[in-house]
Amino acid sequence: MENIFAGLVLFPFLIALALVFVKTNTGRRITVYSGCGIIMAAVALFAGNTIFTGTTRTAFPSTHAIDMVMLCAEFAIMILVVVLSTKHKKHYCSLLSIAQTLLIAYIELTKPLHEPVAHVVSDRLSAVMCLIVGIIGCLICIYAVGYMRRYHEHHKEYADRRTFFFPMLFVFIGAMFGLVLSSNLIWIYFFWEITSVSSFLLIGYTKTKEAIKNSFRALWMNLLGGLAFAIGIGICVFKLDVYTLGDLVASTGDMAVLAVCLLGIAGLTKSAQLPFSRWLLGAMVAPTPTSALLHSATMVKAGVYLLIRLSPAMTGNYAGMIVSLIGGITFFVASMLAITHSDGKKILAYSTVSNLGLITACAGVGIEEGAWAGILLMIFHAVSKSMLFQGVGAIENTTGSRDIEDMHGLICKLPKLAVIMMIGIIGMFIAPFGMLVSKWAALKAYIDADNVILVCLLCFGSSTTLFYWAKWLGKVLTHVAGVKPMTDLTTNGQWVSMWIHAALGILLCALFPVISLLAIEPMLHEMFGSVNAHILTVEDMIIMVLMLFIIMVIPFISKILVKRFPYKPSLEYMSGINMGDNRKFDDAMHEDKKVFLAGWYMEDMFGERKLWIPSVAVSTAVIVIILIMAVGGAI
Amino acid sequence: MAKISRSPWILHYDGSSCNGCDIETLACLTPVYDAERFGVINTGDPRHADILLITGGINTQNKPIVEQLYSQMPKPKVVVAIGICACNGGVFKDCYNIIGGVDKVLPVDIYVPGCAARPEAIIDGIVKAVALFQEKHDKYEAEKKEGLQ
Amino acid sequence: MITQIICALLYVIIAPFLGGLLAGIDRKITARMQGRIGPSIFQPFYDVAKLLNKQIMKINNMQYPFALCFLIFVVITGALFFGGADILLVFFTLTTAALFFILEAATTNSPFSVMGSEREIIQMLAYEPMMLLVAVGFYMANGTFSVAEIINAEYSSILRMPGLFIGFLYILTIKLRKSPFDLSTSHHAHQEVVKGITTELSGRMFAFVEIAHWYENVFLLGVIGLFIINASWWSIPLALVVIALCYFMEILIDNCSARVKWNLMFRSAWLVTLIFGVANIIILQYVLK
Repeated sequence: MENIFAGLVLFPFLIALALVFVKTNTGRRITVYSGCGIIMAAVALFAGNTIFTGTTRTAFPSTHAIDMVMLCAEFAIMILVVVLSTKHKKHYCSLLSIAQTLLIAYIELTKPLHEPVAHVVSDRLSAVMCLIVGIIGCLICIYAVGYMRRYHEHHKEYADRRTFFFPMLFVFIGAMFGLVLSSNLIWIYFFWEITSVSSFLLIGYTKTKEAIKNSFRALWMNLLGGLAFAIGIGICVFKLDVYTLGDLVASTGDMAVLAVCLLGIAGLTKSAQLPFSRWLLGAMVAPTPTSALLHSATMVKAGVYLLIRLSPAMTGNYAGMIVSLIGGITFFVASMLAITHSDGKKILAYSTVSNLGLITACAGVGIEEGAWAGILLMIFHAVSKSMLFQGVGAIENTTGSRDIEDMHGLICKLPKLAVIMMIGIIGMFIAPFGMLVSKWAALKAYIDADNVILVCLLCFGSSTTLFYWAKWLGKVLTHVAGVKPMTDLTTNGQWVSMWIHAALGILLCALFPVISLLAIEPMLHEMFGSVNAHILTVEDMIIMVLMLFIIMVIPFISKILVKRFPYKPSLEYMSGINMGDNRKFDDAMHEDKKVFLAGWYMEDMFGERKLWIPSVAVSTAVIVIILIMAVGGAI
Repeated sequence: MAKISRSPWILHYDGSSCNGCDIETLACLTPVYDAERFGVINTGDPRHADILLITGGINTQNKPIVEQLYSQMPKPKVVVAIGICACNGGVFKDCYNIIGGVDKVLPVDIYVPGCAARPEAIIDGIVKAVALFQEKHDKYEAEKKEGLQ
Repeated sequence: MITQIICALLYVIIAPFLGGLLAGIDRKITARMQGRIGPSIFQPFYDVAKLLNKQIMKINNMQYPFALCFLIFVVITGALFFGGADILLVFFTLTTAALFFILEAATTNSPFSVMGSEREIIQMLAYEPMMLLVAVGFYMANGTFSVAEIINAEYSSILRMPGLFIGFLYILTIKLRKSPFDLSTSHHAHQEVVKGITTELSGRMFAFVEIAHWYENVFLLGVIGLFIINASWWSIPLALVVIALCYFMEILIDNCSARVKWNLMFRSAWLVTLIFGVANIIILQYVLK
């Protein structure tokens, strides 16, 4: 186990190191492809093995050397942050970084761990996480090779820093492996910090003013979470005498609740919940693979991973209250905000925030059904969202725009990419696809947890979610007469990645009962002790799978229909004044006027200007008030 | 063969008329005459329509519009010209902009004369159009069977 | 299990006749309310028979499959409901069906169609929360989502969820495409803006959509019945009476109200959901439990 852990964590770092020195396109491609291939194969083997054998806990005999290396690395990170913050005059970032690093150093040096504890725990949850990180993350890296080449062809104004970009992607993946496999809180914290800082560096990739501003916003928010994490560890070590996540979940008492609260807040910052959502929205300035990686496979999933781990400790206490309330509010508010945007990546960002809110709320209710829904949501969301980001990135590279109004008629312009977008979008909100199945289970979990507020937020939020996806899907599928297909600039690597995602997305929907049975239910059994036999009944699952098949048949039905009723170009109804090409009509001055069909955005109803400040205020109030209550309870 | 004459849906287009015939036509569709009891619906959409009612003559500006509306109606379809202007241009016949009756641009099936056409005449015209609609439909079905359509 | 499958099959076979008849009765009553004789109550069947025989004019290749899928998924929705499946699943399937309907119009790029499809999404935005809350309410009142078990409850669900019933009637006006909420398309006043989402449908495609609406209406009235039906035999005739009353009321509202703007529909629907739906849920949770 030690070797597997070391291998999974260190191998991406090695690839990263190699990529620093590879300067040619071909060399980079070969390195990335082979590295990703090895990681994916290793992860699949490891995860498959873990899912069938179950949990293994490994206690390292002596970790003094490793701890010291980590401590040094933490100081190095701190110095990096301080230097960069001072350079850009963002001193609050330095303060946050120094505070938490010193706190962790103090903990490690004054109360080192003597008896061997399980430093590394590989159970089914970490196996599933490894799969998400390994497969989706690596596919994004493969996609990034082609994408970044086109990106720099398009954007000559940005310095080509690919020798920096690709290593950071792999550092990210390595750190994520470390995070999900460690059980020792200080180790988790260490990997947590690496992801914070590397996301900061990736967001600032283009070095424009906006990029720097947004990257520092991401940094301070995540460092704030890191600080909460560090204080949480402090409480664990000094007050509870607990060193691992597993022990923390098992421990009881008001102090433990406070520690869980603090760790929960760390999870909320990382998973970009309100009031910390801004950083993820700002992360859109970075090249698309960064966004895809942050949004689907890694960064934000680290936050919800931690929350799901803590879920059994959040049943009906202050920690659960913070996490579930914030999750519910975020789900609803972010889905409303997504309606008002036309920038494709902005919508995806808000939808990520919103879906993470749902997962967070699932974790926060602290019952096994919630965790079941949360884990499934995490899996499906990772696949669909990563695919959507890649699709939008590829569209932007070809058409030069990622605005959904410009995707009007995409099915005619770029049919293959439109199909990718379609699979991604229907996967996000429509029965019988994954996200909806999980949402359904989430609704059941909220009801069973007697949480009426969450139930109502979910009901309202799912209608707003429906709105922006349906609008977008309609745009993509619009058939605009006379539009010639464009030359698709998408590279083969990108296609491979996107098609694998599409296949994965559909396969997962067909196989989710099996996944649930093999991986998730045994895992919940371990986490919660007992578990309802089935969260969704077998019949319901069968019906869902049948419906999936019906949907899969549609393309064939339409083939037959097209053959039987051949399409003859005909005029669309425009009150008789269609100019003959379905694109223009005859206006009052007897001149041709182009038809322009825009979607609904309802700025005045759901606009950021109206909703942002109240929602941040409410969510901040929720966190502060409940945290004060938790502190009061603990003291 | 299906009895389709029970559901004639009408599209009404006002050419360059004096509005007299329009008022009479719409009057036929009011509750007083209750055309709906025969299944007649005054639809605003050529895609749903079976019978095209045109009042007023054709001028250079509305010619393409009339042609387009006709082309957007699915087969089988019937054209009814209502009022003398629609039949042959009427009093506007010699105006510089008038091309003539509807039959200059479309194959008119039923002519309903009058200035303005009386409701009884219009209803009579529609009844004839409905019979013709059934006839055309039967022919259309036969052609479809032979593979001509 | 066997009875459930039979019920589902019965729905698939009978619902179109029932739905068509309901539409015919609707037109007849509407005509009488307006002082007319009105068409035969079989008029909807004549219309659909005609549409099935007319030429198909496709605007693009996606339109026809989507219209067909709308029909298929509405049938699945109703079959699941009358087969006694999970009511949440039923509502989710209905949403999928509605999405196909929206896509059918959105793919055309025709101004009236696309506007209709966008209005349809707004309508979904307005009624979706209430619909899910109704499902939640059934669960809280009866401890199960399964329709088969809800109808075997000791008491009628409406006794515990009157607020949800009122809220459901409110959104039923949207779902049945009745005034004042017939924004995306209307069964009356056949004008271009109003025909909205169905503007570009011709011949058989339009017939499919009509039939789908019949299926949908029978299903929606079935949900009203679900509020009433309990284990006793007399609840079934009672349910039929309530359904008839509700349907008559919808027709009455349809005939004596004018179409409203979308934001009034949306705001009022959410307000009703909040006042009647959420309040009822809270009472169910904290008072009646």
